[in-house]
Amino acid sequence: MSAPILEVKDLCVSFETEDGVVRAVDGVSYELHRGRALGVVGESGSGKSVSSLAIMGLLRTPNVRISGSVKLNGQELVGAGEATLRAIRGKRIAMVFQDPLGSLHPLKRIGTQLVEAVKLHEPVSRTVARARALEMLKLVGISDAAGRLDAHPHELSGGMRQRVMIAMALINGPEVLFADEPTTALDVTVQAQILELVARLQRELDTAVVMITHDLGVVAELADEIAVMYAGRVVERASNEELLAHPQHPYTWGLLASIPELDGPPEERLASIAGLPPSLLALPSGCSFYPRCPHARPDHAERVPALADAGGGHLVACHLDVAERRRLWASQAAAGVPEALR
Amino acid sequence: MVLLVSLLTFLIFSVMPSADPAALRAGRAPTPALIAEIRHNLGLDKPLYVQYGRYLERLVTHFDLGYSFRNGTGVREQILRRLPATISLVLGAMVIWLAAGIAIGTVSAVRARTKLDRALMGGALVFISTPVYWLGLVALYLFASDIGVVPIFKGADSYVPLSQSPAGWFGSLLLPWLVLAATYAAIYARYVRSSLREVLAEDYVRTARAKGASERRVVVRHGLHAALTPVVTLLALDVGTLLGGVILVETVFNIPGVGRLGYDAVLHADLPMIEGMVLFGAIFVIVANLLADLAYAFLDPRVRYA
Repeated sequence: MSAPILEVKDLCVSFETEDGVVRAVDGVSYELHRGRALGVVGESGSGKSVSSLAIMGLLRTPNVRISGSVKLNGQELVGAGEATLRAIRGKRIAMVFQDPLGSLHPLKRIGTQLVEAVKLHEPVSRTVARARALEMLKLVGISDAAGRLDAHPHELSGGMRQRVMIAMALINGPEVLFADEPTTALDVTVQAQILELVARLQRELDTAVVMITHDLGVVAELADEIAVMYAGRVVERASNEELLAHPQHPYTWGLLASIPELDGPPEERLASIAGLPPSLLALPSGCSFYPRCPHARPDHAERVPALADAGGGHLVACHLDVAERRRLWASQAAAGVPEALR
Repeated sequence: MVLLVSLLTFLIFSVMPSADPAALRAGRAPTPALIAEIRHNLGLDKPLYVQYGRYLERLVTHFDLGYSFRNGTGVREQILRRLPATISLVLGAMVIWLAAGIAIGTVSAVRARTKLDRALMGGALVFISTPVYWLGLVALYLFASDIGVVPIFKGADSYVPLSQSPAGWFGSLLLPWLVLAATYAAIYARYVRSSLREVLAEDYVRTARAKGASERRVVVRHGLHAALTPVVTLLALDVGTLLGGVILVETVFNIPGVGRLGYDAVLHADLPMIEGMVLFGAIFVIVANLLADLAYAFLDPRVRYA
């Protein structure tokens, strides 16, 4: 396989606060190849959004510390100058955010915002940029695209706004698209449309996509590879099929078990993971999932489990040995795999 | 609204007169007969509702504000004659305070919580708390060409109309502009700072950065664009209020504007003049309000549909 387009190695992001150092991202690594999709799954505060903002150089508080390495086509981004990053943002790496209403400028017309995205990176005329904007709006499936160019964001529906955001992100043909919970603020039916749109554009434009979400169902549909994050670390990473069919980390099991089943017995209670995620100010020593893990043993609290290959490129950070993990999952899977993942 | 204002002014003045206008006009040794005659001439011997009714009738039919008790000149003509000086003072000061307020507010918002920000906001607080007449006197004492320690500006009583000499007009108003603008610049700086800080934390500002916009572009094109929209409303109201008369600054600098006219009118219990000034002031404020609403709807498309 060719060299990855995006190579993240041991990325750490911490914030120095009055209460101590918050380790939001703690040694995250992944590679992303051209035209592939990586799903990053985790609950709030697991570091999935912060890691992508750090890669874009968009963490701006003065108390942030970023270390590790992020290479875009071999070019190092961590510690790169603002001018370098500015040339990359919106041109080679683009981002779609969670709330499309808040993410579009409320006082500027859609067309103006799209034209600006083009003109920031290319010395083209307004007319050319506007033609490109129109083309992109059509591509993301906005009806009456020409009319929408003169509309303000509040005149569009939520789904339409997110389509505009996607059009704006992809207008310069970026190599990598970060989609940070792009469907969370939308209706369920619209969510599916937006996911389909991202999947289609990813194929058509050959863009690599990092889909950040707390919803395993979303990545199951879209991602080639899935990384599960917990408390700032990647705890499991594998291909979509492998991870969903043979998950090996107890946290991933918990996530899978908590997906409701449409045809399950109505009186069945939704499974949840006991306890709360640890405070990033004071991570437990050893495995950070230790306090909530039903399979934890005392010695698991002694050191941090490394993300190790459990066979076939399936990476897991867990102290349990592979055979035992397989056995534990098999017994759980017998109880039924959630419908959303079948 | 204007009618209500006129009625209130009339009642306040009639029920609580600062002095008897007739007695003030009667000279040093008034006889009761003379005062009575003056009262009759001014129409003050009629019942209040008749006085007000006549006043209203002339106002509505001819926009006639009556004649000054003090010197018999037409109130409307007097005010209109004085208006250019006040407009000069207010609009000139507005340009200065907007430029200074926006610049300082923006720097403070971008450098929020730094020493520079604290110094600027501390300075702004000083100017907000300073009474404008005191500031005017200090400015005259320091900078006026006649009495100043560093005589670099023209002092009080030097007003030249724009039509007479543009350069003289500019020179004579520079110091009053700065004095009037100081307080407002400080208020606007604080307002712009807080408004811009709020806007800079919005998601769409992050979007602008994610698009690869430069920091200057993010702050000015995306940040200020949204942050200044509410400032327009504030501005219209402030300018409207000031046009009704900048009493203190005009008095300190002896500028023949509406504010001074009002000051003199109050001193001489000149009811028609006060009544006219208040009406003009009310009209300015109402028009300013209307303009503010229109401007806001123009600047913020979301308002048009609300």
